[in-house]
Amino acid sequence: MVPLADYLVLSAVVFALGLYAVVTRRNGVAILMGIELMLNAANINLVAFNKYAAPGAVQGQIFALIVITLAACEAAVGLALVLAAYRSLETIHVDEINLMRW
Amino acid sequence: MTGEAIAFYGLAAVILVSGLVVVSSPNIVHSAVALVPAFLGITGIYILLGAEFVAGIQVLIYAGAITVLVLFVIMLTEGGTGLRQRQRNEQGPIGASVAVAIAVLLIAGVTHTTWGRGAGTLPAYTPGAIGQSFLGTNLLVFEGTSLVLLVSLIGAIIIARKEE
Amino acid sequence: MGLAEAAALPWYVELWRAIAGTVLIFSGVAVVAAMFGVLLERKISGWMQSRLGPKHVGPQGLLQTIADTIKLLQKENIVPRNADATIFASAVLVVPLAALLDYVVIPFGTTRWGPLIFRDLNIGVLYFAATSSLVVVGILMAGWGSNNKYALIGGLRSASQMVSYEIPMGLALITVAMLAGSLSTVKIVDAQAGWWYAVEQPLAFLIFLIAAVAEVNRVPFDLVEAESELVAGYFSEYTGMRFALFQLGEYGEMFAMAAMAVTLFLGGWRGPVLPPVLWFVIKLYALIFVFMWVRWTYPRFRIDQLLNFAWKVLIPVGLLNLVVTAFFVMVVHR
Repeated sequence: MVPLADYLVLSAVVFALGLYAVVTRRNGVAILMGIELMLNAANINLVAFNKYAAPGAVQGQIFALIVITLAACEAAVGLALVLAAYRSLETIHVDEINLMRW
Repeated sequence: MTGEAIAFYGLAAVILVSGLVVVSSPNIVHSAVALVPAFLGITGIYILLGAEFVAGIQVLIYAGAITVLVLFVIMLTEGGTGLRQRQRNEQGPIGASVAVAIAVLLIAGVTHTTWGRGAGTLPAYTPGAIGQSFLGTNLLVFEGTSLVLLVSLIGAIIIARKEE
Repeated sequence: MGLAEAAALPWYVELWRAIAGTVLIFSGVAVVAAMFGVLLERKISGWMQSRLGPKHVGPQGLLQTIADTIKLLQKENIVPRNADATIFASAVLVVPLAALLDYVVIPFGTTRWGPLIFRDLNIGVLYFAATSSLVVVGILMAGWGSNNKYALIGGLRSASQMVSYEIPMGLALITVAMLAGSLSTVKIVDAQAGWWYAVEQPLAFLIFLIAAVAEVNRVPFDLVEAESELVAGYFSEYTGMRFALFQLGEYGEMFAMAAMAVTLFLGGWRGPVLPPVLWFVIKLYALIFVFMWVRWTYPRFRIDQLLNFAWKVLIPVGLLNLVVTAFFVMVVHR
């Protein structure tokens, strides 16, 4: 049986990948993709803990389902924001959207 | 090596390789398409962990809907493949070191902890157990989530709509 | 049986079973669904338009599709100069694969040893919805990778159409699953021992059929590949065997949708006298005939009519049907 730590290591690496995308990408859509990767990493953790730490209850899976739902909301609103930004500023690169900068 | 271990390491390789493409490809469409194998690999991990229902939802929402939405927005905005534009900001080295530091920290923490094993077994029919729990102990969470869904549905429509 | 309980057999036995099943499903679907489906389509369209249809290759034109396949195999694979070659080539694999994956949960009949199904997943209906939603990704990839405006417009239309029609389809699936008390397709067929769900749930059946026609991009919802506007939509640039694989995916998906409609609403393999598998095939081809009948009878919708119909008619009606059914289930079964 694969030990719990292996799942957690996988999730840590996926999380780091997502974080790297969020920090270094200029494109708003690519940043959202990074966030999706990070949320998925969290979900791997939740489901793995559900199986290894408390198999009797399905609490971890419930949490994962709620995270998936909220990720869908986040993607819908985030991509709508990107579209709105593109329409008014003609760019989706977040470092060029700096109207509020001092 | 058992079949489970082979499946796990195979899936992990798929997830990591496609995840690398997602974060590093200069072509934004390639990044978005690479999300699909990453999400499907994570689906496989859920199946290994005995969470079939979560796996089904993962394919339906992530691979089937969110990826399509992402591709849609890429194709509706001007950038296209994005190959002609700079895709990275100047935080490359800092971002990489932060990501590596967090990964190292997490991995060190995870591997140096002894994880206890909980008692009990997974319910035989997880969709049923999840449904019971959503309409029982987790009712408030369930209703809260559905409210958030409704609000974000309306919000997304209002934000994305053209002003007349 | 859950997905994770595969451990009952050694993993290599499972692996071989999976490979054998895949090959079986693939060849079965490729030969029966796509080849025979194309021939049937041409014959029925000919009949409806008072023509004869294909007639020269083989007896009554029976070998026409085989001849066509041999022709397509000999054609050159053309990749447009500025196309994104990786995405262009991999889209071809995604569409038929996603369509073939649907067949895993369809019970074709029953024998003395149990139902004739590749795997009776306990999330069967959800699995079906999930795999059929993957086709959209392949179509978008094809549309984008071709670097052709007609293909791109076709791909984008398809994405908005299929994502919209997945919701009413999901609502119809949930209604049936709620009545049967299970997501497993075999249990749903078992629950129809008395009445078919098409009788109990005519509204859900209708919604499912309309959404199925829209999901497989057929007339009256074929904006994706509207010949008169978009040449051939997302597969305009594909030639030879790649084109044939898209056709395979399309017909495979249509047969899967019809088979699912039979399983969920028409009692699956159930029927008197005749063997179960035969009953399944009869019902399947009856539904396929309906799909073709619709295709050659109705004109095409406009894109705004299509999306309005999904969001303003099908989804509210489906939701209402779901709520009423839930109320009914609570009152009657408690």
